Amino acid sequence: MDKLLTVSMSPHVHHRDTTSRLMYGVVIALLPAWAASVWFFGWGALYIPLLSVFFAVLFEYLIARFLLKREPSVRDGSAVVTGLLLAFTLPVNIPVWILAIGVFVAIGVGKMSFGGLGTNPFNPALVGRVFLFISFPVQMTSWPLPKGFATADAVTGATPLGLLKEGMRQGEHVADMMKELPANLDMFMGHMPGSMGEVAAAALLLGFLYLLWKRIITWHIPVTIFVTVFLFSGLLWLIDPVNNATPWFHLLSGGLMLGAIFMATDYVTSPMTHRGMIWYGVGIGLLTVIIRRWGAYPEGVQFAILIMNAFVPLINLYVKPKRFGEVKKNG
Amino acid sequence: MQKIKTFPKGGVHPPEHKLSAGRPIEVLPPGGRVVVPVVQHIGAPAEPVVQRGDEVKVGQLLAKSSGYVSANVHSPVSGKVFRIDKRFDASGYKRTSVIIDVEGDDWLPEIDRSETLVREITAAREEILARIQEAGIVGMGGATFPSHVKLNVPRGKKAELLIINGVECEPYLTADHRLMLERGEELLVGTRILMKALGVDRAVIGIENNKPDAIEHLSRLTAAEEGITVQPLKVKYPQGGEKQLIKAVTGREVPSGGLPIDVGVVVHNVGTTVAAYEAVQKNKPLIERVVTVTGKSLAKPSNFLVRIGTPISALVDAAGGLPDDTGKVVLGGPMMGKAVARLDIPVTKGISGVLLIPDAEAHRRPYQACIRCARCVSVCPMGLEPYLLMDLGVHERFERARDERVMDCIECGSCSYICPADRPLLDYIRLDKLRVGEMIRKAKQAVK
Ligand code: SF4
Ligand code: SF4
Repeated sequence: MDKLLTVSMSPHVHHRDTTSRLMYGVVIALLPAWAASVWFFGWGALYIPLLSVFFAVLFEYLIARFLLKREPSVRDGSAVVTGLLLAFTLPVNIPVWILAIGVFVAIGVGKMSFGGLGTNPFNPALVGRVFLFISFPVQMTSWPLPKGFATADAVTGATPLGLLKEGMRQGEHVADMMKELPANLDMFMGHMPGSMGEVAAAALLLGFLYLLWKRIITWHIPVTIFVTVFLFSGLLWLIDPVNNATPWFHLLSGGLMLGAIFMATDYVTSPMTHRGMIWYGVGIGLLTVIIRRWGAYPEGVQFAILIMNAFVPLINLYVKPKRFGEVKKNG
Repeated sequence: MQKIKTFPKGGVHPPEHKLSAGRPIEVLPPGGRVVVPVVQHIGAPAEPVVQRGDEVKVGQLLAKSSGYVSANVHSPVSGKVFRIDKRFDASGYKRTSVIIDVEGDDWLPEIDRSETLVREITAAREEILARIQEAGIVGMGGATFPSHVKLNVPRGKKAELLIINGVECEPYLTADHRLMLERGEELLVGTRILMKALGVDRAVIGIENNKPDAIEHLSRLTAAEEGITVQPLKVKYPQGGEKQLIKAVTGREVPSGGLPIDVGVVVHNVGTTVAAYEAVQKNKPLIERVVTVTGKSLAKPSNFLVRIGTPISALVDAAGGLPDDTGKVVLGGPMMGKAVARLDIPVTKGISGVLLIPDAEAHRRPYQACIRCARCVSVCPMGLEPYLLMDLGVHERFERARDERVMDCIECGSCSYICPADRPLLDYIRLDKLRVGEMIRKAKQAVK
């Protein structure tokens, strides 16, 4: 009996989840939305996300190897998720060179410049998206109408939120415009112009259920965002239905679903306690509606998430978990 | 059916692997040479009272407790003291031990070895405490805190409730489960004894509902017992931790830095309670215990009643021999047990299991960057932030670690278990605790 035994400190067992399992879980959860977008937008919606993933992995590998000079950890799957998410926020007719720039900013500036996975304060996919949005406003706002494989040439148009903002600028009444905007059910099923990943709320919700089932995320952030957006926009609508869109419209339009389910829940850039997550979700919900209603841009989710990302360190500092056996200080 | 309770905050559910649950307790006869360390408890070492060459009988005092927080050590076998020397124990260090060559099995005559159940408790409260102290009983769930200390309620505090810990939330272990099934009646008399010692009229036996047979058996036995009830608990680790168990059963929270008695509760483990029965009713000191020997590759996972001091190699042999693929040997359960480098170390009072882990599962994966997934925070039963505590440990910011209440950590390992990046959270938290402990001691000395 001269066996060499391993000695290490407890615990001696480990849960089967690893970083890469969680990341690929997110990818699986994105599949329904991906499938829906291929259905709506045709083959472009298949290869643009694939290209985006390819760029993301490539850039991360190159930056880690040659700039940071360390072992690249692209196998953890986080670059795949960033690539996919960024692609999902883009129009399907995005030129490939613009896509490459966006991915480069997302990975290079948004993630690796801070030190890689786990250290970036802002959601990398959103950093890339906002950069493109500001740099290439024309290409980033000509949204193809979802026609599926039926039509060869893409017809482009403004998103429902874009239409809304434009109309408001011209002094139209929101209540009148609502009649011309896509109906709630159409929006739920994806019959509206928009980015690849945002158009089918139903498919995104399916992904949400998968994430909850696999315990990859908890309900706190997305549900708080939904509730806050619904209540706040509902309140505005009740006070002044002539100049405000309905709460259903707010819930179903733009990138709200995609943002709340897949971007606000990004581990690295969201709070560490459930109570903190609720604060964060409320913040995103309020800011989204405020930007949509009073801001210069039609879409508010992306900025709302980025702004709240900036508050996460503060939230982590002040919102602590409920300690067990907290001794009450009473005088 | 009673409501199933559990503690609300945190916790994990590792695969249970209770391989030996269906195997009745087997008596392993003493033989060869035993090594009996004089420290098998938390507190001051006991002082040897025998010498090399002495003939000893089973139950004879080998080492005398050297203070209030200390415990007697008795001879688990009969034979001749080979020598008193330093030998490795589970801690990985050499400790003073009484080494005895076993000859026959000759017990002290005053110990009642019959199997008759002695129900009636004639001993008065003081006598009970004295017997338990005399018998060297310590917490047998692994904490090994001397039991008489826990039973002696400090002035100004009052015990209202006794909780018997039959949770056995560690995967693999089944020793307490078998005790509840096979020695239920003795367990209940033991419970009465502890109730009498504490002056309480209520006791709850907490059992996780992955042991329905034990819940059913004890519920039947307690049906006629005034004041003793069985509480089924949802399976969740670390429910066997005192603080979590008290919270689950009573809803009360032991204050940070406090003891269970601060909320009127005292917790004793199932094994300890049976030992108390034997000490008070049968005059038998703590010289043997039930140990689960288990592992996925082991031929015959078993529960053995063995004498203290038996080398664990003897237990492994009796369970079918060391599997070829063994990579790690853990004393206790996989979540909190201690890995040991050798098999010649002896069974002591606090060892509830010997777990053989195949080499393929014996190694830690290399750790990666924290992805801030917050899982460690959600599973921590004490409401701490393990990722932060590790970070503070890495950067040696121990004052901040103290303020983030690192001393509340019960070292349950849930955080390290769950971390998808395989970060050694608890290793660094232990370092924090060590340094913060030193800081606190220094500060106290400075005040004096
Ligand atoms: S579980 Fe691990 S990866 Fe997740 S936050 Fe805690 S330390 Fe970081
Ligand atoms: S910090 Fe301590 S108490 Fe909390 S999960 Fe980790 S080991 Fe358990």
